Amino acid sequence: MQSVESFVVVSLIKSVIAVFVLLTAVAYSVWLERKVVGHIQNRWGPTRVGPFGLLQPLADGIKFLFKEDITPPHVYKTLYIAAPMLSVIFALTSISVIPIGNWVTIAGVHTPLQITDVNIALLIILGVTSMGVYGVALAGWSSNSKYSLLGGLRASAQMVSYEISLGLSLIGVLIMAGSFSLRDIVDSQSGVFWGFIPRWNIFHGQTVAFFVYLMSAFAETNRVPFDLPEAETELVAGYHTEYSAMKFAMFFMAEYANMITVACLATLLFLGGWHGPIWGLTWMQAVLPVFWFLAKVFCFLFLYIWIRGTLPRFRYDQLMAFAWKFLFPLAVANLVITGLVVALRS
Amino acid sequence: MLHLALFSIFGAICVAGAVNLLVQRHPINSALSLIAVMTSLAVEYLLLGAEFVAAVQVIIYAGAIMVLFVFVIMLLNAGEEERTRGSRVAILFGIPGVLLGGVLVAWTLIQRSGTDEVALGALPGSPTIIGWLLFHDFLLPFEVTSLLILIAIMGAVVLAGKPEAETQQTGKGH
Repeated sequence: MQSVESFVVVSLIKSVIAVFVLLTAVAYSVWLERKVVGHIQNRWGPTRVGPFGLLQPLADGIKFLFKEDITPPHVYKTLYIAAPMLSVIFALTSISVIPIGNWVTIAGVHTPLQITDVNIALLIILGVTSMGVYGVALAGWSSNSKYSLLGGLRASAQMVSYEISLGLSLIGVLIMAGSFSLRDIVDSQSGVFWGFIPRWNIFHGQTVAFFVYLMSAFAETNRVPFDLPEAETELVAGYHTEYSAMKFAMFFMAEYANMITVACLATLLFLGGWHGPIWGLTWMQAVLPVFWFLAKVFCFLFLYIWIRGTLPRFRYDQLMAFAWKFLFPLAVANLVITGLVVALRS
Repeated sequence: MLHLALFSIFGAICVAGAVNLLVQRHPINSALSLIAVMTSLAVEYLLLGAEFVAAVQVIIYAGAIMVLFVFVIMLLNAGEEERTRGSRVAILFGIPGVLLGGVLVAWTLIQRSGTDEVALGALPGSPTIIGWLLFHDFLLPFEVTSLLILIAIMGAVVLAGKPEAETQQTGKGH
């Protein structure tokens, strides 16, 4: 058993590393998005700063820091300043319960590869993401501008609607695993069928749930084709129209951090987490699970960007009809069938 | 020690949020105070060892119901309220009511203060036990509650939906 001091020190180190890695990942997913969308549209994307434009995120960050931070005179000041902070706080909080690999021993300390292992991890993530809507809604309201307000209203209606099908699509996985702990859920997906198909939830009866999750997650993170809250053709920039400099960048950070969280969650719940072929030396066996996890997250992020480069935007009534008349019944049907099958088997 | 300190801090935040909710004149500030109350209540549940209830408190109250509150305030663009002096009925019945409630709570606390302490996590609070209780021991009340909610939903749909005759009339008007 560890002492309290070592627990605090280890948790602190892990938190700092997790936040640093997450923010770097956020910066480079912006770079990846610009690069991939550029190539989809037959352009080059960023090329000037560094090799392959790799230093572009750094240049963008410096630019955001040194830009003039304008506060328009007509805003509701307290909430106008608090809204981007809320967005970032909630976006970064959910990473604390996401495991990226098994237990490891580094310098004599035996610790899981996540900040903290709690038995209601999935509920915590759902709770934190459901709080995330306040950042967007309050930004839209406090800006005191019609485009911002419309963007904020759309965002809150959309996120409340899609959260239901998102939550219901996860319950099937929970029934299969019998636990809220992300570690237990990943462990329940080990092994293979017929010698070669991995026993991941996506191949193990939860295929429909995965697609419901995929679409709800896109809507939850306000991404194309569900990016109505920031539809630039009709709302200028939606809820962050009145923001500039670092406050604007904070909304961007929150959006990309949410994308990464959603990708991690999809990997953990449906794609078998860190399970994958493992071979070679001892150090390779230690590193490979983390590699598989990150590779799956990368594929999911790539899918996100690919879809952004491919699909047009929904109309608003189509968006709502899709959530309530298609995804919701589908998620309920999946839940009922999963429940029946599990009950009949046991 | 740390536990007690956290419990007291979040208790204080909860009460301060509740007072702020009443004092604030702008509806959105009141709604945000209510969110602070809900969230600190969730932390109190967590500190008492009921982690499932804590998570559900955040997801349902702070994350869903309060979003709708904020949504409605945004949609109606409700402005600041005027300060009134309060009705005579409220003063006549409110102050004795508060006093009576306070005395009752204090009396109950004094009566029960001799009971044994319960260790953290000794009381049932895990999702498994709550699920077992809901779908086994309290199955009938649970199902009756869901029926009640269904009726409420149907009522809301009837109230919100346009009557058929009116829809046809507007259709003709175009």
